[in-house]
Amino acid sequence: MAKRIDASNVTAYYGAFKAIEDINLTVEPKTVTALIGPSGCGKSTFLRSINRMHEVLPGARVEGDLTIDGQNIYDRDVDVTAVRRMIGMVFQRPNPFPTMSIFENVVAGLRLNGLRKKSILDEAAERALRSANLWDEVKDRLGKPGAGLSGGQQQRLCIARTIAVEPQVVLMDEPCSALDPISTLAIEDLMFQLKDKFTIIIVTHNMQQAARVSDRTAFFSIEKTGDPGRLIEYDNTQKIFSNPSQKKTEDYITGRFG
Amino acid sequence: MTTTIANHRTRPPAQPATLRARRLPRYAPPAIALAALLVAAAVVYGTGIGGPVLVVVVAALLYLAGLFAASNAVEGRRSARNRTWSALIHSAFVLAVLPLASVVWTLVSKGVERLDGDFFNTSMNNIGARDPNGGAYHAIVGTLEQVGIAALITVPLGILCAIYVVEYGRGRFAFAIRFFVDVMTGIPSIVSGLFVLAFWVLVVSPVFNDGRPGFSGFAAALALSVLMLPTVVRSTEEMLRLVPAPLREGAYALGVPKWKTILRVVLPTALPGIVTGVMLAVARAAGETAPVLLVAGGGAAINFNPFENNQSSLALFVYQQAGDASKYAPARAWTAALTLVALVLILTVAAKLLARRNRLGR
Repeated sequence: MAKRIDASNVTAYYGAFKAIEDINLTVEPKTVTALIGPSGCGKSTFLRSINRMHEVLPGARVEGDLTIDGQNIYDRDVDVTAVRRMIGMVFQRPNPFPTMSIFENVVAGLRLNGLRKKSILDEAAERALRSANLWDEVKDRLGKPGAGLSGGQQQRLCIARTIAVEPQVVLMDEPCSALDPISTLAIEDLMFQLKDKFTIIIVTHNMQQAARVSDRTAFFSIEKTGDPGRLIEYDNTQKIFSNPSQKKTEDYITGRFG
Repeated sequence: MTTTIANHRTRPPAQPATLRARRLPRYAPPAIALAALLVAAAVVYGTGIGGPVLVVVVAALLYLAGLFAASNAVEGRRSARNRTWSALIHSAFVLAVLPLASVVWTLVSKGVERLDGDFFNTSMNNIGARDPNGGAYHAIVGTLEQVGIAALITVPLGILCAIYVVEYGRGRFAFAIRFFVDVMTGIPSIVSGLFVLAFWVLVVSPVFNDGRPGFSGFAAALALSVLMLPTVVRSTEEMLRLVPAPLREGAYALGVPKWKTILRVVLPTALPGIVTGVMLAVARAAGETAPVLLVAGGGAAINFNPFENNQSSLALFVYQQAGDASKYAPARAWTAALTLVALVLILTVAAKLLARRNRLGR
């Protein structure tokens, strides 16, 4: 199920502005990889270029190769929707669809892609909600609006919605930054469980979180404002947080910079 | 030395010793209002310079001044300003609602006279100047058909146009479309009527009509479409822009194609606002007289077929009856005006209810 991701010389632009330059890294299947770095260093941009969400913004484009199990997702004949079905994404702020119920939110990906059979949808919804540790809290009110849940529940609903389409990679863009510590813990626990089935890449500003949840950590940084972000160091999480090989990484994780 | 002066100048106002402050008693504002009214009445009627309207105006000014003075003396300057501005804002609201209330009252009081079965069941066919009966059945049919057809034309066209401009349009072409939609908003209704007269009635329709110009309800619907389209496009555009980008991205991230995202996520989210815009356009179209007069020609008989022969409409009916010599005509005009307002109101409420049913309000 889970897939290996290879980025080579990935460079992304917003119009004329170069946001990241020459990112090279490999993400192994069924691992959690954390992207850390100061604000504006391009980690979210890199994350969004992995499922071709970067190009959604007007004027944004990506150069370089990004391959999923050897297949370049930026090839001309690649279907963008197929890429995004394979690589799901959870956003910084929970974004349940406001016109849909909890149930409809979870099965939105399946239903909007043409699956109609009620029994299959019911089953998929329960499975996804159980995987997202949300089933017990919402099983009696699946018909209620998704926007009526608490922030942490909404975010788990969005995770359930993402894994309901059974992607192979799950990208998370600061999924806990709008949440309280208890909801954060619930989502971190969830990541440990999801790791069995999915490859997970998470952007976080919280270094403790990166240390807790990830197997590998990539540190991004910029020289100064206006410069493109670069990958400074990419290694096992333990090594990054105990004995980084780059001075910059050390400065950042010890809080001397950024 | 300089630093102390600077500090002195920028220091925040002294903190009050207590959070409590003296307040005007609750009966004070109404008492001031009453006093203002009495004084105003005494002054206006005493000097004989005006009637009740002037009393209210003078009383309002006196009330504002009195309220400010009383509050300033007891509560201090900030509260006084707050109370005066609140009172001003409330007065503005009353001023804005007054004309509406007045219109509704006039319509109901004058329209109720002919609000009978006859009015809704008969047309003006063979109704002479001495006949007290006669009705607007033909006009109601005309309005419903013309506005209905116009809505059928403009709603899909307008929503698709707005979707293009917001979701797909890039660069000059989209800019040009938006510019011309804005220009269209300013077209006077008589011009759109003339356009349809010149283009459809006199040039295109004779081809299907043995060479005779085809005045018809459909031509009126075309003219109304020209008026409705910019309203629908602009309001839909604004509503689509209000749908947050993360919702679209959330759907894209599930592998949902763009067109399906627009259809199933963006449009439902914006639906209540779009319905409001459409109903504004419908209300405007239903109230138009000039284009219908020009291209549908009016007519006293019931004509269900919008594609052939003259048709009337409620607005046109009002116009014709108001100018008619018969002494029974003004009553018919008032009732027709009341019917028109009620019709638009019913349509608006129905549309809002329909739009809300799709939302999860439980």
